[in-house]
Amino acid sequence: MTRTAVTVNGELHEAEVEPRTLLVYLLREGLGLTGTNVGCDTSSCGSCTVLLDGESVKSCTLLAVQADGREVTTIEAMAGPDGELSPLQEAFRRNHGLQCGYCTPGMIMAAAGYLRENPSPTEEEVREALEGNLCRCTGYQNIVASIMDAAGAKV
Amino acid sequence: MATTEKYVGQSVLRKEDPELLTGRGRYTDDLSINGMVWMSVVRSPFAHARIKSVDVSKALEVPGVVAAFAGSDFEWAGPLLMAWPVTDDLKNAPHMPLATDKARYQGDGVAVVIGETRGAAMDGAESVDVDYEPLSAVTDVEAAIDHGAPIVHDDFGTNESYTWSLTNGKVDEVFANAPVVVKERYRVQRQVPNAIEPRAILVEPNAASGHFTMWSSTQIPHVLRTAMALATGIPESKLRIVAPRVGGGFGSKLQVYPEEALALAVAQKLRRPIKWVETRSEGYLATHHGRDQVQEMEIAADEDGKILGFRANILANMGAYLRIIAPGTPVLGAFLYCGAYMGEAYHVSITGVYTNTTPVDAYRGAGRPESTNAIERAMDALARRVGKDVVEIRRMNFMPPFTEATQSIGGLMIDSGNYPATLDAALEMFDVEQLRKEQQARRDAGDTRQIGIGFSTYLENCGWGPSKVIGGVLQYAGGGWEAATIRCHPTGKVVVITGATPHGQGGETVYAQVAADELGIKVEDVEVLFGDTDISPNGWDTYGSRGAAVGTPAVAQAAARVREKARKIAAHELEVPQDEIEWSDGAFRLRGAPDVAKTIPQIAFSAWTAHHLPTGVEPGLEGSAFFDPENLVFPFGAHICAVEVDTETGKTEVLKYVAVDDIGTVLNPMLAEGQVIGGVVQGIAEALFEEAAYDESGNLISSNMANYAIPGAPDVPSIEVGMPTVTPSTTNELGIKGVGETGTIASPPAVLNAVVDALTPLGVTAIERPASPENVWRAIRDAQATGGGAA
Repeated sequence: MTRTAVTVNGELHEAEVEPRTLLVYLLREGLGLTGTNVGCDTSSCGSCTVLLDGESVKSCTLLAVQADGREVTTIEAMAGPDGELSPLQEAFRRNHGLQCGYCTPGMIMAAAGYLRENPSPTEEEVREALEGNLCRCTGYQNIVASIMDAAGAKV
Repeated sequence: MATTEKYVGQSVLRKEDPELLTGRGRYTDDLSINGMVWMSVVRSPFAHARIKSVDVSKALEVPGVVAAFAGSDFEWAGPLLMAWPVTDDLKNAPHMPLATDKARYQGDGVAVVIGETRGAAMDGAESVDVDYEPLSAVTDVEAAIDHGAPIVHDDFGTNESYTWSLTNGKVDEVFANAPVVVKERYRVQRQVPNAIEPRAILVEPNAASGHFTMWSSTQIPHVLRTAMALATGIPESKLRIVAPRVGGGFGSKLQVYPEEALALAVAQKLRRPIKWVETRSEGYLATHHGRDQVQEMEIAADEDGKILGFRANILANMGAYLRIIAPGTPVLGAFLYCGAYMGEAYHVSITGVYTNTTPVDAYRGAGRPESTNAIERAMDALARRVGKDVVEIRRMNFMPPFTEATQSIGGLMIDSGNYPATLDAALEMFDVEQLRKEQQARRDAGDTRQIGIGFSTYLENCGWGPSKVIGGVLQYAGGGWEAATIRCHPTGKVVVITGATPHGQGGETVYAQVAADELGIKVEDVEVLFGDTDISPNGWDTYGSRGAAVGTPAVAQAAARVREKARKIAAHELEVPQDEIEWSDGAFRLRGAPDVAKTIPQIAFSAWTAHHLPTGVEPGLEGSAFFDPENLVFPFGAHICAVEVDTETGKTEVLKYVAVDDIGTVLNPMLAEGQVIGGVVQGIAEALFEEAAYDESGNLISSNMANYAIPGAPDVPSIEVGMPTVTPSTTNELGIKGVGETGTIASPPAVLNAVVDALTPLGVTAIERPASPENVWRAIRDAQATGGGAA
């Protein structure tokens, strides 16, 4: 077991973890933050995307110990304290950017990370940025529209 | 407060979204119970092998392993439910949750190991010692019916399970005398459904009462409850099945799975809660696949291309076992080998075949994408043969518009249709002329990037019901009705309980829209409950585009029952006879004095206190209904696709895609368009990218998300959707047709026809699915080898 101290959604968590524990399982099973989903075992689907020090990362590709001393943001921290949706979440709702919702936390975290890098992207850039996040319901179109909407671009 | 605002027809934002957008939705894998142990399934690495022995003793020595069981350690009350024996002489090998004699596909379960942690269970599973005697395997549906093929179920002596056929008119005579007969052969490749949520199960036993609660990522909690009672012998009354948030299904969760029965049986043995979550790679083997047919499609016509007859012979790969509706899946498309077209004669024959592959069952569209592939591509072949334009050949053969139920040559009584109207609308949206000019310019220039335009003017049957039809001529074991209960709280808030089980489509929102309209209340005041057999005891769940077409009328009917009772109370309170009040603008109003009114919330309060109810009227305000439709529903439309094919690399890109669909009354345009877009993209993936392939030994080669080509956002286009025509269904009073499957039904042939059109200058007339770079390259090579056109 290895001692790990990770700041998750602004709160410092110290935990004893097996060295092989993936970050996603520390979040889901260690901290009970089940909003971050697991959709595959090949790092293909991006359902588990979170922000690590502000940059989007698939939390199944990192060991929990690699997050030691760093800041993780999950979907649970995206809405306001009273539950009000963030502009990005609002845009997903307004544009019907989700159906079953399973890929959605990962999509939102990937989009949040990307919009910090590129606040006014083109539609094509958004599509490229989402390459690592799979959705089986929406055909991506309304996800792209949601992100363009949130970026303040004309949709 | 009564409201005159109507919600039906509005793009009401989804009730589901706030929880799903904030990570507060609870999927099965998000749930845990104290004392819970984990299950791991030991699966055969061989596609076909005799099981000589299973020794679990080493697994029991692994730290953290609690128990381990081989197939012989279970006594089942019955096999996993196979609900659709399409013919009387169908050969059905009972499917038990674990194999004991032979493993019949790669991934067939042979043992389970239970551990204190997920890791312990998996480590234990690796230590189970199974002695296999590998046997020759057969995975291809045509090879499986060859003489001398390995036999999947030895007792049958054949891999043929059944042959189902339908004949209308003098087929042989028509084909013998027809001036033109086109004969096409298509392979509809196997697909992995890939709902993004992997399957997950959690079972909690109550050792004292004998009750069991099972949470499962299923589309069918109600069907599953009955099926689990039959398999395990646990009384159905002591089984509660909960489908919490479910992360997509596409048919893959319309199943009764071995792991569900195993989790129950193990929980019963150990008296501990059991959890099982499939890994994605495990799911590629253990969650059912879709499609996998070989089709021989013929059209008989006169010299002008006027169709005389349709004839289709289908080989359908069932995989190693017949799963819940597998034999019927191709039959769902059996009435559509004529598409939306007229003719004098019709024949279809479907042979279901066992192979050493993962079982095949419903995948979004279930049988109808397959038949639409055959007829829509054969229409292009007919156009080529008689020298007609692909639009003209469709137009001249369409059934003329009709508003009352009309018989098709395929044997359907179609509710209503106007096929030229959707084609006209699609043409208007697409601007074919401009692209044809561009196409000609590139052809003239011998460009290496050619443009093609493809059409699909589809018709489908969905809205799974009615019970007497599906249980009659179709020989399906289940029913096709849907149930709803509406309960009015004293404060005017309303609960709708539906027997449908939406899993991403937005059913919660549209049921609330309908209930709000029918009761004159606000949509925010309606809560929709579903997916828990203790809360919603009756229902047939969600698949076959039935959520809107069958589920919604049940809600409307329950609301009508509520109003029927409320009318008596309203009249009593207004001190007038019932016929002096009318339901208008969302309230009961005195005729001629509409301001004198009683709303449902007001009446709900009176019914709750019950202080002044009219004689003979019981307290409380709620209504229940079972809606069993009289017919299926029949959406249709026209899809047009333009592709660019690089003739040097074989890569195809969709440039433009227009989908015009007539789904009858549109309950929520935003959600309906979302269904179409998602389905079309899934169909584009089927046409261009995806294939579940086996090697000669029966190993699944495309075995995980890294090597199965699910498209990402950069790989697919934006879809232009139109629903400019509304041809109301005559099947239900709301005029609703289904929309969940239209996209995957319509789009693959539109794309494939476009690819062939692009390659026409190279002499190409056929393309294997998927139209991958390799298959495009093969098509060009084959065309040039047979002296095709020059480019």
